[in-house]
Amino acid sequence: MMIRLGIPLGIIVFWAFLALFGPILSLTPNSIELSNILLPGSAQEWLGFDDLGRPIFDRLIVGARTSFFVAFSVVAVSLVVGSFLGTVSAYLGGWTDLAFVRIIDIFLAFPGILLAIALAGVLGPGIDNVVIALSVVGWVGYARLARAQVLSIKERDHIYAAVAIGTRPIQIMIRHLIPLISAPLIVEASFGIAGIVIGEAGLSFLGLGVQPPSASWGSMIRDGTRYMLVAPHMVIAPGLALMFVVLAINLLGDCLRDWLDVKGQGRRE
Amino acid sequence: MFTKFFLPRLLTALGVIFGVVCVVFLLLHLVPGDPVEVMLGESARPADRDALREALGLDQPIHLQLLLYFKDLGQLDLGTSLYSGRPISEILLERLPATIELGIASLILALTLAMPLGIIAAIKKETAWDFGAMGFALFGVSIPNFWMGPMLILVGALWLGWFPVSGREGLASIVLPAITLGTAMAAILSRMIRSALLEVLTEDFIRTARSKGLTEWAVTFRHGLRNALLPVITLLGLQLGALLSGAVITETVFSWPGIGSLVVEAIHRRDYPVVQAAVLLISFSYVMVNLFTDLVYARIDPRVRLSKQ
Repeated sequence: MMIRLGIPLGIIVFWAFLALFGPILSLTPNSIELSNILLPGSAQEWLGFDDLGRPIFDRLIVGARTSFFVAFSVVAVSLVVGSFLGTVSAYLGGWTDLAFVRIIDIFLAFPGILLAIALAGVLGPGIDNVVIALSVVGWVGYARLARAQVLSIKERDHIYAAVAIGTRPIQIMIRHLIPLISAPLIVEASFGIAGIVIGEAGLSFLGLGVQPPSASWGSMIRDGTRYMLVAPHMVIAPGLALMFVVLAINLLGDCLRDWLDVKGQGRRE
Repeated sequence: MFTKFFLPRLLTALGVIFGVVCVVFLLLHLVPGDPVEVMLGESARPADRDALREALGLDQPIHLQLLLYFKDLGQLDLGTSLYSGRPISEILLERLPATIELGIASLILALTLAMPLGIIAAIKKETAWDFGAMGFALFGVSIPNFWMGPMLILVGALWLGWFPVSGREGLASIVLPAITLGTAMAAILSRMIRSALLEVLTEDFIRTARSKGLTEWAVTFRHGLRNALLPVITLLGLQLGALLSGAVITETVFSWPGIGSLVVEAIHRRDYPVVQAAVLLISFSYVMVNLFTDLVYARIDPRVRLSKQ
């Protein structure tokens, strides 16, 4: 249990630390040094240099910051908006709910991050647009989950009791419904972070995310694919960072699911 | 069967497709950016711009443009590419075979990997076998295909030289893209098969089968697996969505000339009508596949069909 929890937790804390405190470390992620171009790792610079002679280690830390902030903003926005809409829809029922389910169905008809790719493409590159594009797609899962959960508990006695003493619907939703459905939403959100980390890196890989000279693990992989034969370390390093973070989040999500005793799939792709 | 089961589902699917067209159209038209400027360049004369805008119908209010788009879609006219000036339907038809080919190859690969892994993990629950299979599954979902692709190119094409780096020529060229696209699906499917099989194996009829003296093989495969695969079929339809969106990235990595790489190329060329049409085509296939899996499910599992009547 310690290993199952400790290692992933350690990786995530490290990721968060680099993201939050990266700027106060003395990094030179954008210093172009022509004599260092494509140099592999050495004792001084473990991970080597990229095609412009910039230190890959420093750029990885900037990339950690990018993925961390995108992941947490997108999941926060999606979680709040999605669960609120899902809860309102299920609580009100009737035509509102019917119309809402149709809207959810339409958004679910776009496979995976396809809509986000198209949207990011039209909005133009930039990290803000990545957050917008991924949030437009991201809220749906939480909305569907919150709606299903509220439907299963809204007939409980304590809700009737609250209605009977004249509690306002908004109060009922916030005080009496959302706390009860938060466990599955938290589990969903933890897997959601992994999905958004991959999503951001994917968009950046396609050239639709952060713009140079800023770094994202996805754009670093993209840059590296051009020099794979001479400098494979350019692709390997950001990919490993990405994989370890995603793996850690997924493992932690599994643990959370077991603790909070949430049944069902939990993992969306 | 037809009116009670098929018809409502077909109508829902059509409604969803209608909604999808509206969402894609509005999203792509309401964002800033002027296709006319893209086509003519910034230095074009205003008179030329207006003429082109009128020719494309972009001077109309948005709801009229949407109506016109529906009218064209009804006649299977997807418009013309801003980049090449060719009919979009022609471009899509050209690209479609490559995507279908890659999709089928990945699906076959995913199933051949996932079936044995899921079954072994379930039968040998909580042993090293189970651990190994589920460890693979965890890695499979955690490695993004835009990293797996380049790594496979590095090892399989550049170092070993067994497969071509990119493109679509000969049978060898599909191997690396199919592994890239199929692995994540194999990972998810093997987890599903494992949990479905574990659940079925606790049922009463399994105990009955055992007490009849059937071999463990017959119990697991004839009674267990056949029932466990039912829920997997529905999920297979949903997973196809991940496959389709994964194809966008995988095809780009390997320069595979399919619909997915077309989406990315069109985005970079700001060829919005093509982006729109390709996104619609992919979503349309996804909705249709899910409708189809629903029907297959009802066909092979009488419980689903009967409970709805």
